[in-house]
Amino acid sequence: MSTGIGARVQRKEDKRYITGKGKYTDDVRNESQAYAAFVRSPHAHANVNGIDTSAAMAMDGVIDVLNGQQLTGDGIGNIICGWAITSKDGSPMNMGAWSALATSKVRYVGDAVAVVIAETQALARIAAEAVEVDYEVLPAVAASDKALAGGAALIHDNAPGNLIYDWEIGDGAATDAALAGAAHVTELAVTNNRLSPNAMEPRAAVATFDECDDHYTLYTTSQNPHVARLVLSAFYQVAPENKLRVIAPDVGGGFGSKIFIYPEEITCLWASMKTNRSVKWTSDRSEAFITDAHGRDHITTAKMGFDAAGKIVGFKVDTIANFGAYMSLFSSSVPTYLYATLLSGQYNIENIHCNVRAAYTNTVPVDAYRGAGRPEACFLVERMMETAAREMGKDPTDLRRANFVQEFPHQTPVIMAYDAGDFGANLDQAMAAADVAGFAARKAESAGRGKLRGLGYSSYIEACGIAPSAAVGSLGAGVGLWESAEVRVNPVGTIEVLTGSHSHGQGHETTFAQIVAERFDLPLENVSIVHGDTDKVQFGMGTYGSRSGAVGMSAIVKAMDKVEAKVRKIAAHVLEASEDDIVIEGGQVKVAGTDKAMGWHEVGLSAYTAHNLPPDMEPGLKEGAFYDPANFTFPAGTYICEVEVDPETGVTDIVQFTASDDFGTIINPNIVEGQVHGGIAQGIGQAMLEQVVYDDDAQLVTGSYMDYAMPRASDVPSFSVHHASTTCPNNPLGMKGCGEAGAIGSPPAVINAITDAIGSNDLAMPATPQAVWNAIQAAK
Amino acid sequence: MDMSGSYRIGAPRQAVWTALNDAEVLKLCIPGCEEIEQTSPTTMTARVVQKIGPVKARFNGAIELLNVNAPQSYTIKGEGQGGVAGFAKGAADVTLSEDGGETVLEFEARAQVGGKLARIGSRLIDAAAKKVARQFFDNFHDHLNGKDPPGD
Repeated sequence: MSTGIGARVQRKEDKRYITGKGKYTDDVRNESQAYAAFVRSPHAHANVNGIDTSAAMAMDGVIDVLNGQQLTGDGIGNIICGWAITSKDGSPMNMGAWSALATSKVRYVGDAVAVVIAETQALARIAAEAVEVDYEVLPAVAASDKALAGGAALIHDNAPGNLIYDWEIGDGAATDAALAGAAHVTELAVTNNRLSPNAMEPRAAVATFDECDDHYTLYTTSQNPHVARLVLSAFYQVAPENKLRVIAPDVGGGFGSKIFIYPEEITCLWASMKTNRSVKWTSDRSEAFITDAHGRDHITTAKMGFDAAGKIVGFKVDTIANFGAYMSLFSSSVPTYLYATLLSGQYNIENIHCNVRAAYTNTVPVDAYRGAGRPEACFLVERMMETAAREMGKDPTDLRRANFVQEFPHQTPVIMAYDAGDFGANLDQAMAAADVAGFAARKAESAGRGKLRGLGYSSYIEACGIAPSAAVGSLGAGVGLWESAEVRVNPVGTIEVLTGSHSHGQGHETTFAQIVAERFDLPLENVSIVHGDTDKVQFGMGTYGSRSGAVGMSAIVKAMDKVEAKVRKIAAHVLEASEDDIVIEGGQVKVAGTDKAMGWHEVGLSAYTAHNLPPDMEPGLKEGAFYDPANFTFPAGTYICEVEVDPETGVTDIVQFTASDDFGTIINPNIVEGQVHGGIAQGIGQAMLEQVVYDDDAQLVTGSYMDYAMPRASDVPSFSVHHASTTCPNNPLGMKGCGEAGAIGSPPAVINAITDAIGSNDLAMPATPQAVWNAIQAAK
Repeated sequence: MDMSGSYRIGAPRQAVWTALNDAEVLKLCIPGCEEIEQTSPTTMTARVVQKIGPVKARFNGAIELLNVNAPQSYTIKGEGQGGVAGFAKGAADVTLSEDGGETVLEFEARAQVGGKLARIGSRLIDAAAKKVARQFFDNFHDHLNGKDPPGD
């Protein structure tokens, strides 16, 4: 059986995951292990007038109680947002100070004010309860529109009116003119509901300071350990990079929430130095709800204009994005360059203008969550297309087709240059698979049982392969977004690949090995993937934005190119042939058309014994490469959701969900389908179940699974997943990325289907039975 | 959370008023009250254990009487810190009216919770508050009729 590109190889890593033998951060136990528990604000906004630690310090087993004054006094820097956005008036974004432990003011429920270090986790938590904080409660605000309205509590002194930036993209005047001349204008107001990420493994950190070497080791739940080390060193001044090793071992899901550097890792590192103990913190689920960065939370109004033939002439968008109480690491880029740049959707739109205001509120910080800006764009565009089709009495697929981008490359008016795609092919494939032709009969059958049946479409596009470094640099990014790889051929011919990508569920140990096994025609088990340790891998930008295939694997290909060149030289020298005649296959390196050959392992051995190498060749067989992508990649596709609604209860059953995706080259269909299944489940979660709710005092009231509804197996159908691919012209494997597509494309398909079923377009996410029932009643 | 109610208490209004201002009586009648101490004619400190859904907490709080119009009405305001469980605060306008030899007590209360209580217990607060109020007035009625509740 083939194990190369396109093969359904079983995941190499699953044995340890399925048997409970994964090695996670919380599994690390050091000799001098102590435990941290954070004292967190129960108030959404308050001045901290004093902290009395005497009762906690007096408890047996308490090693120390540390606060924010001590932390900043030791020179630990504020947490920063690494992407600078400039307001339309030219002013820089208003970033408020964020200390890992609050010094004088808390700004959301969960903001940490002190940390207890104790001999056991239980003791630490009990002692944390005994720390008495004198809070002077201030007025608080949770909703972004209220935060920006006059009179709201001021959260950061340097952000007047709680405004972080007021940014725009596109030509406003041209878009207004286009809309003024339109034959039809559709207006839509949508809210993109706030979500909590809920990775299966909660965040954790184990920090160990070695006073002899003045060196720190941090085990942490990170999607990008090198970025963590960079930021911890350069901005938070925890330690210089050569004195800080960051290891992200097995990580149980991230969905974006483990990209960011949080107060807890910083505090554990610092506390380890202060106490000269190894310090471990493991979040529990309650703590996760108030510390893991939330996602989405947009309020948007938009207008789309069409000419008499149904061609889009202009699209104008106004969005308020809720950033929570502090600016998280990549927060600023999410509602700008990851959102507004995708507002052209799959459509040829000449005029687009989008204005985005970012607001501070007294809530958990908001940052990237699976899709990050692109789900918000897709939801708006695809709800708009369906709504416009209904208003104009057109078939929603006809309206889409009439506006599809047909020629590539296609430059949109909002930065992106789509490089390849066949949007009509995905729509055709999805419609055939979903048996759209038979829908009318199914609807009639449902009606006979008193049920409402509906069909909803979503033709999504997203941007992955993040990203060309010079391009993102010009847009304000503080880092380059290339990837690195090193391919090490051992003297016995086995191969280790060191990658800057990080696997936290994506299956890199399998897919990355597949491309190496295919390239050198070796058994899959001869290839091992090494990642997640700054002492082993030279550098890397990590895994997010569906970048590990298009960028991470491309770096591996570049390194393999160099390895292959050297293998050819060695073999040509030893076999006394021309490099051009060398063929690598079946575990051998041969001279084409002859019986001259040497084993692959013999080439490795030759490289390391160096007894007979070409003149001037260095010994060894190890090559590295940095790959900087030439463009974003553009996964796209069409999702079709079919629902049946019980009008008496509002209960909605997804009876069929069909996906046709264009991910470019697929390395392992099993893994790609798994990514699509998981992404759609998350999208259905957003569309029908999940919502973070704050009350009027900015108290979080959805802080457990009693109130925050995650999708369960019974909430989702058996997905019908298909591929109609075009090759990405901008990377060596032709890959586009598949990690986020499901979560991006599915929510509008679900809401379009339910609103089709109930005959009312006024329905917000999450479409709970209560919301659907209310919409049915309101439409009567 | 807003709540209101009315209770008929089998005792004259002056007796009800006196009892409502007596820290010892309040300690006996407030469910879960471990300690209450009068610090001035209109202020008290208290320690109360409450369980709301999965969250059990010991609240250390202050009670203040405002708008005192003896023996007809007052506003009782309380605020308690429950450690990691969060905080609770609230106020109730209490009015006493005579009806024959008995007293009708009416109240309108507003309560707010924060921290873990809000995150985990918010949907249970209404029911829990109503239960606590009913228990208090049952205990109070019984006390004035010579039947004190069993201790904790």
